[in-house]
This record gives sequence, C-alpha cells and structure tokens, in this order.
Amino acid sequence: MRAIRNLLNQIKAYPSAVVGLCIIAFMITLSIYAVIKIPYREAVRLWKGGENVWIEYPRNARPEWFNLFYKEKQPVTIVMKTTETPELKTVTDLGNGIAAQDIVFEFDYQYDGFPAELSLFFTSKFTTARPNVEIKWITPDGREINMQSMSLRPSEAYRISQDTRLPRRLNGLQPEKGLFADPANPNKVLKGTYQLVVSGLVFEPEANIEATFVLYGKVHGIAGTDHLRRDISVALLWGAPVALSVGLVVAVGTSLTTMCLAACAVWFGGWIDWIIRRINEIVMILPLLPILIMIGLFYSRSIIVMMGCTALLGIFGSGILSYRSMFLQTKTSGYIEAARAYGASNFRIIFRYLIPKVIPVLIPGFVTQVPSYVFLEATLAVLGLGDKDLPTWGKLLNDAYSEGALLTGHFYWVVEPAVLLVLTGFGFAMVGFALDRIFNPRLRGL
Amino acid sequence: MPDLAVDMRETLQNAERVPVLKAVDLHTWFEIRKFGFFKAGDVRALDGVDFELYQGETVSIVGESGCGKSTLARTILGLHRPTKGKLFFNGKDMAEFTKEDMKAYRASVGYIQQDPYGALPPFMTVKKILEEPLLINGVTDKNERQKRIQSVLEEVKLSPIEDFLPKFPHMLSGGQQQRLVIARAMILQPKMLVADEPVSMLDASVRVEILQLLRSLQEKHNLVIIYITHDLSTVRYFSERIFTMYGARIVEKAATASLLANPLHPYTQALFKATSDPDAANLKTFKEVPTGEPPSLMNPPKGCRFHPRCAKIIKGKCDRFEPPEFHIGDDQSVFCWLYEDQGKQ
Repeated sequence: MRAIRNLLNQIKAYPSAVVGLCIIAFMITLSIYAVIKIPYREAVRLWKGGENVWIEYPRNARPEWFNLFYKEKQPVTIVMKTTETPELKTVTDLGNGIAAQDIVFEFDYQYDGFPAELSLFFTSKFTTARPNVEIKWITPDGREINMQSMSLRPSEAYRISQDTRLPRRLNGLQPEKGLFADPANPNKVLKGTYQLVVSGLVFEPEANIEATFVLYGKVHGIAGTDHLRRDISVALLWGAPVALSVGLVVAVGTSLTTMCLAACAVWFGGWIDWIIRRINEIVMILPLLPILIMIGLFYSRSIIVMMGCTALLGIFGSGILSYRSMFLQTKTSGYIEAARAYGASNFRIIFRYLIPKVIPVLIPGFVTQVPSYVFLEATLAVLGLGDKDLPTWGKLLNDAYSEGALLTGHFYWVVEPAVLLVLTGFGFAMVGFALDRIFNPRLRGL
Repeated sequence: MPDLAVDMRETLQNAERVPVLKAVDLHTWFEIRKFGFFKAGDVRALDGVDFELYQGETVSIVGESGCGKSTLARTILGLHRPTKGKLFFNGKDMAEFTKEDMKAYRASVGYIQQDPYGALPPFMTVKKILEEPLLINGVTDKNERQKRIQSVLEEVKLSPIEDFLPKFPHMLSGGQQQRLVIARAMILQPKMLVADEPVSMLDASVRVEILQLLRSLQEKHNLVIIYITHDLSTVRYFSERIFTMYGARIVEKAATASLLANPLHPYTQALFKATSDPDAANLKTFKEVPTGEPPSLMNPPKGCRFHPRCAKIIKGKCDRFEPPEFHIGDDQSVFCWLYEDQGKQ
C-alpha cells in the first residue's frame, strides 16, 4: 500500500504521466459505464440488429453537437407514438360499429435544415374489414396538403419520403423538403407548428389503429449513426472495454508468462533452457500479422482465438531474450548463492529472489505494450477480421472505410473511433514512459 | 559407577576426535563445453583436498586468486557437488545425505560472502532478509521468528533494532551490511561458518570490528569458522590453523604460530614475503616475488604444481612426481619434496 502511494507521489513529478493516468481513468470509467449500461448480450443484439432494431433512427446522421458549430441548425429525430401518448388519438363512435379514430401528430419545427426522411408506421387490429385512413399535412401557414388515403393491413408502413405522387403536389420538390419549404423561398424551412392529421375509420367494434410518426433528423445523439441506422455511440462505448481488456490481458499475460518462462529457463538451464530458446528462435521469424490473417480467414475470427494466438506468439517473442539476459545476470549474484546456502527451494528462488529483481523493468514494459495490442486488435478489425459479434472501434473504422465515409463527408464516423484509439495509446504510453523513468533511474538524464 | 565415568571420558574423547568436517580427496571439476554439447575439458578448481576440522576451531585458507579457495567454500556449502572424493559432516558421508539431512546441514552451516551488498537481496527489508532462512527452515511461529531476529541483531550489534528492521540494504553502510550478512548466517544457529573474504570489500577501519565480531561469535557459540582470505595480515589475529592453497590443492597445513615462525613450502614463503607491512623501511627494500603466472587449472603442470615458478626446484623430481604430505613437527605438514628427509609421510 505504501509502495503504491510512493509510486503515485513520484508519478506526480511527471505531468505527462498525470495526463496519461487521467486518460486511463477515463477509459476505465467509460468501460465500466458501457458494461453496466449495455450488457454484453444487449450490445451484440443491438449491433447485429439490422433495420428492425434501429427503425426509428436516422441513417448517417451526424452527432448532435455539430449544431453548436453551424449557424443552420439541423433537426433531431422526432418520434411520436399513439401507444405511448394516447392523447394524440380521439375516438368518436359513429354507430353500427363504425368509429372514427383521428390521430393528430403536432410538433414544433424550429430547425433551419430539412429532415432526412419522414415515415408513418401503422399497426391495426381488425378481423375482416380493413380500417381506412386519410393522411393530411397542415403547415404553420394553414396550407392543407392531402397526402394519401389507404386501407391498412395489420402492419403498414407509409414512407412519406418515398411517395412518388407527393412531389407533384409540392411543386416538384421531394416530400421531406416540399412539406417544410417556405412557399416564397423553397430552399428555406418554414418554421412553426406542423400537424400531420390521420383520419381513420374502423368498421368493426373491436378494431383499432395505432400509429407511429417518425421524423428522421439529420443529427443524432453524441456520436451520430451509421449506414444501417445504428447508433455509433454503442460501438464507441463497447469499444472501450474490449480494447482495454484485450490490451491489458494480452500485455500483462504475455509479460508475466514470458518472465516466468525465462526465469525457469535460466534457473534450471539444461534442456529446459534449450527447448525454450529453440521455440523462441522459431517464433521470432514467424510474422504475426500474416498468421493472424490466415487464422481469421480459415479458422475463426473470434477475439479470444485471435488474441490467444497473439499472446502465444508474444510469450515466446523477443521479450524472453531480454528477460533471460537479466536473469542470467541475477542468477550469479551473491544473494541467490546465499539463499541456496540456507536451503531455499528452486521454486522459492525463482519467485522470491529472481523475479522480484526484474519486476521494476517489467511494469513499464507492459504498460507501454498495452497500446500495441489495442492497435493490433483495431488493425485486424479494419482488415475485416474483427470479432463477428462484438462492436469495437476497429469495426467502426472498417464500416466507415467500406462505406466511403471520408468521401461522402461522414468524417465523424472515422474520427471518433480513431481519436479514442489514439487517446488510449497515448495515455498508456505516457504512463509507461514515466514509470520507466521512475523504475530505471538511469534513464532520468535522457 | 567407575565404569560409567570411564565410559563418559571415552565418549568425550571420541567426540573430540570426530571432526566436524572432514574432506577426503575432494575434487570439484567444472566441465567446459564446445558448441554447448561437446566436452572440451575440465577446469579442475579443486583437485584432491584433504583436511579435518574440529569443533571450535578457526581455520584460515590463504592463497592467490583462482587457486580454488572459493570453490572449496562452495563445495563445503553444498553449492557444488564434489566430482570425486568425500565430505563427512559429523562423521556422516554427505553423498549419502537424504533431503532432510541436506536441509539440516545447510541450516547448520552459515555463509558470509565477500560483497555484502551483492549478498543481500536489494528488494527485501532487513526484517524480510532475516526472516527468509527461518521461514525456509520451518520456523512457523511469528513470535519465535521475531525473538530470534531480535537476538541475532543484538549479537551483531545492529541497534537500535527497530530502526533497522524496515530498512533496505542500500540504506545501510558497508559495515552494517556485512553485520547483516553475518546476522543472516547466524540466525539458524549454525555449527560452522564459511566466511569467504568477509572483510576484503570493507574499509580498513571496519575490518577489525567485523573480525572481532566473528571472533566473539566463535567463542560464544564454539563455532567452526573457515576463513578464506588472501590477506595474510589478518589471519594471524584470527585463526588457529592456516591452510595454504596453490593450484587447486592444499600445499601446507600448519598451526598459525608455526607457520608464521617458519613457513615451509616455497609458495608459502613467497606469499609471506609479498605481504606488505606498514613499515617505512619497506620503501627501500626490494621484495623477491616468484616470477611466472598461476597454473592453468584445465591443464595443470605435472608433478608439483608450483615447480615452474619455484626457485628451489629439484630437477627430475619436482617436475615429474607429485609430492606427498610430509609431517614436520606436531602441527605442521607440507606437500613438498624439499622436506622428504626431515618429515615423515
């Protein structure tokens, strides 16, 4: 405990390390928040969900905070449901089992930009006679535009923006534009209160109409959405625990295992040392990335398999040589001889006398190794070998790349995960370098 | 009743006669390998050493660097397995030791090293350093450990004890570090101490204190101390017997007084001549030191190992036949053909 407090006091002397620690703390908080807010199964379901899960989300919307930087404010998504707010619907009985169900969606539109899309989703209950609806648009200046009249199936979607007959009534403008345009200046939005009136008729006593109106905005949430309407923030959030756990587990796991193996090799010598060195020599000439690509293509893209493989190659990598040289030096030191003289067992000498000497070199080492594994995971995902289920930063980059995000102006799609990746690497690197200086005072002059 | 008294006396005498440590034709060779596989030869670091050590005795082993002193110490400590020959501890052959015997043996032999800082793990506190041998040798009771640490620190005069316990080795001075090393060697209450040049890395002012400390410990616990050094100026104050080693062998064994008065082996004589005394007269005298180099231990000279450097060489004998042990007087013996006529084999 005192050692940790001491260490923190020493770290304070390095402002870069303090910044690094803050970044790491932020990433850890983000990870914990992500895992609590969106449990693993939920995250996987959301990310694989497709159109049905994300139907009320806009496509390729920018993050909401973009509005802060532009004079023209873009709309956010407006969703109104009769199931949630029954006041929208008024039912008047007309006798003979016929009833009028009038639904009025009224909203205030104060944005400078036109919405991305408009949709109206119906779910209706009936036995034989289909309910009938007439849909009407009322602008703030009192114009009434008849849009459509239709008889409903149990589940019906009226995609207003895709209605090909509407533009004729709207001076040739696309519906999402024409419905909102100022008649005097079709490029400008007429601000005010709009109404979408659905006058429905049901012909059976038990029949019922429920409707959902979605005005898809052009900005969404803190991170925007992608081409499949998915909220990018889900992947950004879940990328943090994945990146951190991959980085930490692989870095710590490989360093510790490498160190123990090197210690055993040096202490026992003989054939154990021989075998470990031969494996190391073989592994040193094996290229990591091509092997991972082949595993991804032919065997499994599961993150556990991929990272397990990385760890396995990392354990017998070049680290084992540097640890080995350190242990060889320590092995001949007087206190090891003394320990043997008073009867310490092999196990005790390795874990109580050899390894503690090397720990100070190990700690900065694995802290600086963390980002390299985080980036490796991202690299694999960008190459299309990311985990099938998990939303990660690398997969966001992959999607952005394959959808040409940078060419179509959706730069936030690339920038957000990239910034988080760089930030993570930066944080660990800064802490690692400071630790290196603290543990290895000879570097302080550099 | 009288029978019993006789018995008692006999057992006492027998007990005196059984040496604590006895070496018979002790060899420790290290294999040299080519390409990691093929044997290229041996370094004969210890090549036929015999001696007996008795309870309460301090023996100095002197000789130049690379003559096998430290290898002898390590072989005695069980850090090297003898290639040939036997070591007996309290009359028991160490080659036949069981694991428990070996553990008990290691607990009864303390080791004091040359470089006190290197001998102490830099990442352990004083308390931890002293606790380790106790933990390894099955002292599980915490209070008992505490008590023994206290008493051993008192014995080596590291006080106030409470101040030292949480310190790390680098916070101690050289003399304090060596005291700590001695405390660690003493904490298992050994019968024998092996001190491998315990004062050569210390300041001259601290040396005497450390040697006095060792001396007092020896007297208090009736220890056997094997004191290895190349510094002849300290041996005369410290030991009862002196073994001179040259080229992986003992060349002369003698009681300290006899050896100092009358060194027999030409190598011992040369060694004594080379010792410097702080005397102004030495400034003008020229010392005769044997020419040549220490022998190769991979391929030692035939016959007497000192013959290539010896001024008194008997041609045809010294360079062909190995000298046997000649006993001169009661307490001196020498491996040299010069004494063939005076000594008995």
